[in-house]
Amino acid sequence: MSAALRVVVVGAGPAGMAAATIAAECGCQVRLLDENPAPGGQIWRNYDAEAARQSPHRREFTAWMTRLQASGGVCEAGSSVVDCPSANVLRVERDGHWFDVAWDRLIVATGARERFLPFPGWTLPGVMGAGAVQALAKSGLPVAGKTIVVAGSGPLLLAVAAFLNRAGAGIAGVFEQAAPLRLARLAATLAAHPHKLLEGAHFRWQLRAAQYKSGWWVKRAEGRERLESVVVTNGRAEREIACDLLACGFHLVPNLELAQLLGCRIESGLVAVNAVQETSIRGVYCAGEPTGIGGLDKALVEGEIAGLAAAGRLSEAARKLPRRQSLRRFAQNLDRAFALRAELRALSTAETIVCRCEDVTRGELEACATGRAARLHTRCGMGPCQARICGPATEFLFGWTVASARPPLYPARIRTLAGDDPHSAPVAASDTQPMP
Amino acid sequence: VLHSDRHSQPNSRAFAIIVNGRAVDATDAMSVAAALMRAGIPCRTSVRGEPRAALCAMGICFECAATVDGVPLCRTCQVPCREGMEIVTA
Repeated sequence: MSAALRVVVVGAGPAGMAAATIAAECGCQVRLLDENPAPGGQIWRNYDAEAARQSPHRREFTAWMTRLQASGGVCEAGSSVVDCPSANVLRVERDGHWFDVAWDRLIVATGARERFLPFPGWTLPGVMGAGAVQALAKSGLPVAGKTIVVAGSGPLLLAVAAFLNRAGAGIAGVFEQAAPLRLARLAATLAAHPHKLLEGAHFRWQLRAAQYKSGWWVKRAEGRERLESVVVTNGRAEREIACDLLACGFHLVPNLELAQLLGCRIESGLVAVNAVQETSIRGVYCAGEPTGIGGLDKALVEGEIAGLAAAGRLSEAARKLPRRQSLRRFAQNLDRAFALRAELRALSTAETIVCRCEDVTRGELEACATGRAARLHTRCGMGPCQARICGPATEFLFGWTVASARPPLYPARIRTLAGDDPHSAPVAASDTQPMP
Repeated sequence: VLHSDRHSQPNSRAFAIIVNGRAVDATDAMSVAAALMRAGIPCRTSVRGEPRAALCAMGICFECAATVDGVPLCRTCQVPCREGMEIVTA
């Protein structure tokens, strides 16, 4: 009898949890790696905590978590993939130690991050992403009694505002840059996904005391050592709003770095996959946001397909294809609805910092002809975030694209990179039991 | 000390962490970045000398990077507080 297929899943959000669970249920030997302190990804962050009892989708998370634990799949939280030192091997750093993980099938479920765009004052403490304020609140930042402006773009804004409102914050306004007409068109396409429409309506009801304006965006943030107020505009009128926090993200961008490092083909800024989520690299699958920003339902079905396909259950995987196609259309509709308006390119001035790691201003970047020249001359994108924040911004501002990823994927210790003194990381049972 | 926080963190345990030599309130349900922001302490000083605090809160941006128990460049949004933990912001 041959040994069980080693399936490694990177990213323990919905897509990764579904993929790992299903592959383990099919008899594969599964390791699920995630750099966060606990599984759940961004949408299910801290869902194992007491305070998450009221959260939407809690039951779905609990069901998947229970099923994952029963499946025999091993979840290793706090583990960052930093390199692929040889074929079919990932190098992982955890608690300051490193170890290598060998795979027969690899499922990339690295999710998405918020897109940030530079505007005057965006480097002030207190200016954060929209999902970021939610994540920090879930990680213990008290927001009760704080005045928060929510702005940017995407379906996340309403969800974040509703969450912060439930947590006792005062929402001083939700400002969505997309024009009202685009949102109306999106709503019209949601007949195929009525629960999404219902969820949106529910959030609006929870936020009925707060103003919601589409076609408005943040022009600048003001404050001395930290945020004190923001100025919002619709291109004609302007309003200044005093606040403690600005939660501002411009929809999401996929985390492509691992897929790029593995050599997977990228098309139109997304990981290209076939009908069963396999990338251009044999044995490497991709599921969830890196194949198109579509949210929870798309991530789950793609994770299920990838898990089945990695285990060799292709016909079962193919049966889920119609649902995946429907959710992919939804993702494309989201992209259209929340496309960035041209006015946002003009928010930053010559003095505005674009690359926050290296403090490179827009004026310095405008003197460069290409992204490569900018990296060489200004160090734009060369700091510890490795262009994850300024990359999507310079793509929007100047059309520069980050075509490849280089190891290490995150700043790593020298002995990790050199491969010295490996830490034989036993798979501790406690790693699989983050829930009470 | 953390009376107002108990509502959102019903079963958390309160203690102090040491930030730049000074005691700062925290709980075991807080990330280090959350404890720093709650106390109004920036996580780092930028190349040009600006104070910076958490931006993405999901381990991507490194704006919340600080030295934790002697380990430099830790993404503090990903590090849960532990009693007596020593943080140095630079």
